[in-house]
Amino acid sequence: MLDSSEGYVTEDGRKIGGVVMEMKNITLRFGGVVAIKDISFDIREGEIRAIIGPNGAGKSSMLNVISGFYIPQEGEVWFHGAKRPQMRPYEVARQGIARTFQNIALFEGMSVLDNVMTGRLNYMKTNLFQQAMWKGKAEAEEVENREAVEKIIDFLEIQHIRKTPVSRLPYGLKKRVELARALAAEPKLLLLDEPMAGMNVEEKEDMSRFILDVNDEFGTTIALIEHDMGVVMDLSDRVVVMDYGKKIGDGTPDEVRSNQDVIDAYLGVSHD
Amino acid sequence: MGRRKRLAQTQSGAEGMHSLPALLHRNATRFGDAPAYREKEFGIWQCWTWAETAREIRSIALGFLELGVAKGDHIAVIGRNRPAHYWSMVAAQMVGAVPVPLYQDAVAEEMAYVLDHCGAKYVVCGDQEQVDKVIEIQENLQQVKHILYTDKRGMRKYDHSQMNALDDLMAEGSAGHARFDAELDRRIADIEYDGTCVMLYTSGTTGKPKGVVLSNRNVIESAKNSAEFDHLNRNEDILSYLPMAWVGDFIFSIGQAYWCGFCVNCPESADTMMTDLREIGPTYFFAPPRVFETQLTNVMIRMEDAGKLKQRMFHYFMAHAKKVGGLLLDGKPVGFGDRVKYALGNMLVYGPLKDTLGYGRFRVGYTAGEAIGPEIFDFYRSLGINLKQLYGQTEATVFITVQPDGEVRADTVGVPAPDVELKIDDKGEIHYRSPGVFVEYYNNPDSTASTKDAEGWVATGDAGFIEESSGHLRIIDRAKDVGKMADGSMFAPKYVENKLKFYPDILEVVLFGNGKDRCVAFINIDLTAVGNWAERNNVAYASYQELTANSRVLETICSHVEEVNKSVAADEMLSGCQVHRFVVLHKELDADDGEMTRTRKVRRGFVEDKFSDIIDALYDGSKQVSTTTEVTYEDGRKGSISATLEIIDAPVVPVAQHKVAAE
Repeated sequence: MLDSSEGYVTEDGRKIGGVVMEMKNITLRFGGVVAIKDISFDIREGEIRAIIGPNGAGKSSMLNVISGFYIPQEGEVWFHGAKRPQMRPYEVARQGIARTFQNIALFEGMSVLDNVMTGRLNYMKTNLFQQAMWKGKAEAEEVENREAVEKIIDFLEIQHIRKTPVSRLPYGLKKRVELARALAAEPKLLLLDEPMAGMNVEEKEDMSRFILDVNDEFGTTIALIEHDMGVVMDLSDRVVVMDYGKKIGDGTPDEVRSNQDVIDAYLGVSHD
Repeated sequence: MGRRKRLAQTQSGAEGMHSLPALLHRNATRFGDAPAYREKEFGIWQCWTWAETAREIRSIALGFLELGVAKGDHIAVIGRNRPAHYWSMVAAQMVGAVPVPLYQDAVAEEMAYVLDHCGAKYVVCGDQEQVDKVIEIQENLQQVKHILYTDKRGMRKYDHSQMNALDDLMAEGSAGHARFDAELDRRIADIEYDGTCVMLYTSGTTGKPKGVVLSNRNVIESAKNSAEFDHLNRNEDILSYLPMAWVGDFIFSIGQAYWCGFCVNCPESADTMMTDLREIGPTYFFAPPRVFETQLTNVMIRMEDAGKLKQRMFHYFMAHAKKVGGLLLDGKPVGFGDRVKYALGNMLVYGPLKDTLGYGRFRVGYTAGEAIGPEIFDFYRSLGINLKQLYGQTEATVFITVQPDGEVRADTVGVPAPDVELKIDDKGEIHYRSPGVFVEYYNNPDSTASTKDAEGWVATGDAGFIEESSGHLRIIDRAKDVGKMADGSMFAPKYVENKLKFYPDILEVVLFGNGKDRCVAFINIDLTAVGNWAERNNVAYASYQELTANSRVLETICSHVEEVNKSVAADEMLSGCQVHRFVVLHKELDADDGEMTRTRKVRRGFVEDKFSDIIDALYDGSKQVSTTTEVTYEDGRKGSISATLEIIDAPVVPVAQHKVAAE
């Protein structure tokens, strides 16, 4: 297996760095239900890491553990070489982790621009009073952050809906706006919860391209959950496969594809 | 003396300006601080003055020299309207190369043909998508030496041994200026007035695209004449959003812009064009009819959602505008009361509406390419928007005829542009001769010879006539589609079809009657418009086919045909083309079934063969016809639909047997 200190080189020649986040023997229970059972894996710098599995496999729970929203009963989460203590969501965000949601969680009444601006919250230092007065420090701060946001709007090609209220947008574009907001935080680790769910083929292709471009341009480490096997296999560098809360496979898309347990999980065999 | 002066002028170019680089130099020295280009990027309009533009273009030209671009090399430019792409074209001219803008939405095979045909050694691409296409083509076509690109996104991983970002090329060029300055100045000085300025490929509805070679003389004389015709000056603002490969964009955004020194504004992206239009408020504007149609539809839809008061105000003042707006614009006499009322309307309705549309500063603008519906045309003119029509071709460096202020009508394309001579041959085809007449089709002497004769007359392929009362040209149809009826009178299908297509209910019309004693027509209804109507009037329907057979729909269509017949009857030459009988087709004509081209032009011959049973029924007097038609679904499967179509006799206006056109 891989040495944790060194990276590897992908098929298309990208250099993947050392371990950014490591999950050690995570177990998560909701009352009597065991959502995640003793799972360990790592995420390396600059890679696109996918977590896949059939319905109810515990993928979203896993993502929530990574984002710090769920606290596992057992196991440890290591981030940048240190064991992560229990944290509040905003503390996680400050550490450089941003995410999108399976069910879009945008501010529906606000414009796309304002929504994306909220992603810059961690970069705003002025207080309520200064912002109410606006002139001076708050203005300079807004200009600076708006510039960063505009670069992202340009990157994701959503200039034409900049001033449109989110509630008026079709689903595929809302997903893109959510990605924009996550990117606005300039995350070191980006978590995407089913970025392609409910999309048509064309929208999926667009989204795949954006994910690859984000990884390529900003060097962002990406962990994503996805249903669509085809998309995952094309996008990711390494894949974790979960089924019934257990890890049943971990490796490159090719390795995972030929793994008998994975094939069984997807094609269905009786569980004794 | 006078003659000698004229001779001197033709050698050195208009006012001593014999090339676009020379005009650029003039603009940068005379009014270097005036804006030359704006582009919206990151939500803000970025601006370059003429002085800055001159520096940017020089850097690109120096970069080209460093790459080893030789005189006469072709440099293809593929991308959306961006300052850097326009600059690349002028920079190419500076080093004596020929810029060749291409349509960016062309698929790789189409692009391959053009790149191969012009033998482009260098390609400037807008983004990764275009670079990918060129790389794909390059596998078979080993000629491209170097690819340049403007948008760096996604380009990091590419092999850069034969590739570079335009920015980096400019930096390298500027860094090496000491080595190349002298050579560049030599090359600029070597540009000849009759040398090639640009090569533009015609879209080629029939056969392969042809490369139209335009000289500096063509471009500069045309730009000068047209700018003087409309009194364009350096304070104009235009929005450049039409394809760069199209001759119109080259003339408006480069030719006229450099001649007059006005500012070219580039939209942020194709999708933001309408917003950018509103923000810029161009003073000089060009759009195909479809842009105006869409805007008008949007206005009407939004008015329906407006409050009662606003609606009433809108309709009241629009009715008044319809009455006097056009007359005021043409400078015709209008009573004092009407003028006051119009001024009030301008304050309450027209002004705000024009602002919303982005036409608040609109001084002069053109539509061309297709026939525009008279109602759409009149709507804009009644608001005080000076929209005019022109008729042109790539081969003419755009201008053949234009409408002068005060003589604007929906059904003509105006008088010959300055310095253009027109003649109509005995078959009715329009020919012209002008300083804008193209040099040649690149590497295609046969086509050049068949289009342009020894005296410089060019055949347009369009049939038309000059109206005696006004001297205006009227286009009838493509010359090859024009025929004769059995009694010898003219058969011009497009003319009648367009009149019918101006009704929103009617999507497509095919008129038959060549060699027959009367005309019959196929009509396609517009599902959106008619479906909308059905919804509002509680007419239930389950399918397109059912809607086409609805008796109330047929009645409406029949009334449209009747109106059109009346207006056709009023036309002396074409009164024979009235529609005697028609059917509303049970399916939409579709490119997938081969009935139309991909650009939505009807393939007459094909339709005539495929539906010959219906045509027979139209002529033999039967009341109904049963037919089965094969259709192709989007995934390629084939099926068939059968229907019984009702044939409708349309009221026609009796026409006295007129004299056959003098021959």
